Amino acid sequence: MSAEDVRPTDGEPTIHPEVRPPSDEGERGQDGRRLQHAEAASRPIAAPKVREKQPRGAKIRGDRPIDQAEAAERFLAAPLHQAAHDERLWDLRKKRDTAAHGIPEWEELREIASSIKAHTLSNLDRYLEQFEAAAKANGVHVHWAADGADHNRIVLGILRDHGAKTLVKSKSMLTEECGFRHHMAANGIEIIETDLGERIQQLDNEEPSHIVAPAVHKTRMDVAEVFARTLGTDPENDDAHYLAESQRETTRPYILNADAGMTGCNFAIAETGTVVTCTNEGNADLSGNVPKLQIHSIGIEKLIPRIEHLGVFIRLLSRSALGSPITQYTSHFRGPRAGTEMHMVLVDNGRSARLGMEEFWTSLKCIRCGACMNTCPVYRRSGGLSYGATYSGPIGLIIDPTFNKRKYSTLPFSSTMNGSCTNVCPVKINIHEQIFAWRKVLAEEHQIPLLKQGMMKAAGAVLSRPAAYRAAIGTADSALKVLPRFAVYNPLNTWGKKREMPETPKQSFHAWYKQNRMGKEAGK
Amino acid sequence: MRIGLFVPCYVDAFEPEVGIATLELLERFGLDVEYPFDQTCCGQPMANTGCHAEAAATEALFVRNFSGFDYVVAPSGSCVHQVREHLTAIPQTDEVLAVRSKTFELVEFLHDVLKIEEFPWAAFPHKVAYHGNCNALRGIHHARPSEIVAPFFSKPLDLLAKVKGIEIVDLARPDECCGFGGTFSVFEPAVSAKMGYDKVADQNRAGAEYVVSSDSSCLMHQKGCAGRLGLPLKYLHIAQVLNGAAA
Repeated sequence: MSAEDVRPTDGEPTIHPEVRPPSDEGERGQDGRRLQHAEAASRPIAAPKVREKQPRGAKIRGDRPIDQAEAAERFLAAPLHQAAHDERLWDLRKKRDTAAHGIPEWEELREIASSIKAHTLSNLDRYLEQFEAAAKANGVHVHWAADGADHNRIVLGILRDHGAKTLVKSKSMLTEECGFRHHMAANGIEIIETDLGERIQQLDNEEPSHIVAPAVHKTRMDVAEVFARTLGTDPENDDAHYLAESQRETTRPYILNADAGMTGCNFAIAETGTVVTCTNEGNADLSGNVPKLQIHSIGIEKLIPRIEHLGVFIRLLSRSALGSPITQYTSHFRGPRAGTEMHMVLVDNGRSARLGMEEFWTSLKCIRCGACMNTCPVYRRSGGLSYGATYSGPIGLIIDPTFNKRKYSTLPFSSTMNGSCTNVCPVKINIHEQIFAWRKVLAEEHQIPLLKQGMMKAAGAVLSRPAAYRAAIGTADSALKVLPRFAVYNPLNTWGKKREMPETPKQSFHAWYKQNRMGKEAGK
Repeated sequence: MRIGLFVPCYVDAFEPEVGIATLELLERFGLDVEYPFDQTCCGQPMANTGCHAEAAATEALFVRNFSGFDYVVAPSGSCVHQVREHLTAIPQTDEVLAVRSKTFELVEFLHDVLKIEEFPWAAFPHKVAYHGNCNALRGIHHARPSEIVAPFFSKPLDLLAKVKGIEIVDLARPDECCGFGGTFSVFEPAVSAKMGYDKVADQNRAGAEYVVSSDSSCLMHQKGCAGRLGLPLKYLHIAQVLNGAAA
């Protein structure tokens, strides 16, 4: 394939020509330029016309450590899915760069956002009480949940008090954390997700794979298959407009008739007791405003002190997530409409404990933009479901072990620690340094495989003894076998399966130096 | 100025030419370069795997070898990053802190300390893709990464611009990690190799004949990937190019 073949007509190079359409497809504005709209690729990603089965996520076996590498390998074995996934998310990273570079004070904004979050988290007790008082004054019922089970019990109680059987909700990572949907189903409450991606995942009985784009690992053909099976659409029609419209048509009646509505929360303003949601589909507004009973679930780290601080985060959030200046809808929920009831549930679920972790508390600054996932080269090639956890990608690597150290002990190792996650984080969480710190904690607590720790012990023993080290690599042939044994020639030879082995030189630098320079030194 | 030359284990065993080029290059500037004979490794493989206790003896040996020099110079951003940021498994005595703060990667040593203006002996009339090792790029700030909003700079490209005839080609994803990641390359081989394949495909698409980097470990991985894919790319360390290596 020549260089020309892989360059789309707008001249931008790509590493995945197979998912780039050869013609200059895509919607254009009146000025003839390609539309750059939120949650859409700058350039359409070609739907593969070859049917390729969607790879599924990590195998969950109780508390046993997640084998992310195994699930990632299965994802890579579906090359069209992998290429589309990588290209789609890389596109978001590029759009994020363009948006950020358009704001000269971008780095300063990140610093301010990080400081506001640090301040709020350092005074969280005070701000939570302020929020509660303000919300109550607005006529809102405020509840406190210590953990996920508590949250689910409280919400179920509210629903039962009102005889509610159906609940429409917008996307909320917190409710995923709480296992909310499964709990409600077990108690006879029907939940309908109204976010398109989240609805796709619900219908396919799969967890979200990305915190902003829950079904980003699926192709249009996959969605057509899921909708055909669950909504009765035409299985051969994978047109995006047709699929989106079908979901809209089938979800609207649920929204109009639901007994209750629920949203998550992007920002909770302590001063005013307001919950702010940021969406692109308007589904949070419908979920919150249509039913007579509305519930907002809020992670306690979502607090910011005052309304004037919101602008800083709004400027950062969608630019970091999708490269768009702002989400289509930024909605402020403050008090119940006439004749309705509003509840807010403040949920801890491990957050207070995390706040007490010296090396890891700043992970609570996260505003769930997903920028770290989009930039992560490992995430883009593994798919979010390979992490087997509510939070995937770089932010997941540092949050998940706080929920279950054994089950998620492997995740901090699913990273090259290249550091781009830290650089794109709008609230400046030192993500890759926390990944490094987690590895130390896990090794000290023997939560890493014995084989790995044993190899490191052996390596340390050789590398700390010059004579042993020299003996090990003294002859060219033995160098490959021993140095670094853990990296190049471990028992499984995982290097050589997919890469050529390095050639062994005639002599090491050490031997060359001895032969060519030691004599001279002696003669000095 | 007394310089201690640190030749990382990978370079010692697999890329001795890189060690030789680094030594010769520093000597061209009239520096007194010593190679402490008992050196092995900086401790990075163990520390990056979380095994700090297992790294302690190797870190202590590193400090014993390199104590007392005005500067310690190594042709590896990743090892220098380990020494400067992560050599913490042993008590932080004055001696340890001194060694850590005096350890420089070759490019930054030439660019920031020696402030070299020209390499009259160096000519490399070829199309080159530069690979910025992630630890060099984001860990010790060789250049401004594309995701940061700040004026562009690149120390390695500044140095390469002084080499006659060299032409730098643009990559679609210039700062993307190549997937080596130290022990990541063997503990998560499928993702590591796929990242490597994508990286070398990008270099090939850009029309590079050579790939130049300040880190031999990334180059070893990329060379292995390019070899497996049958791509005609050649890999050289920046020390070799600056020292006047011919193609």
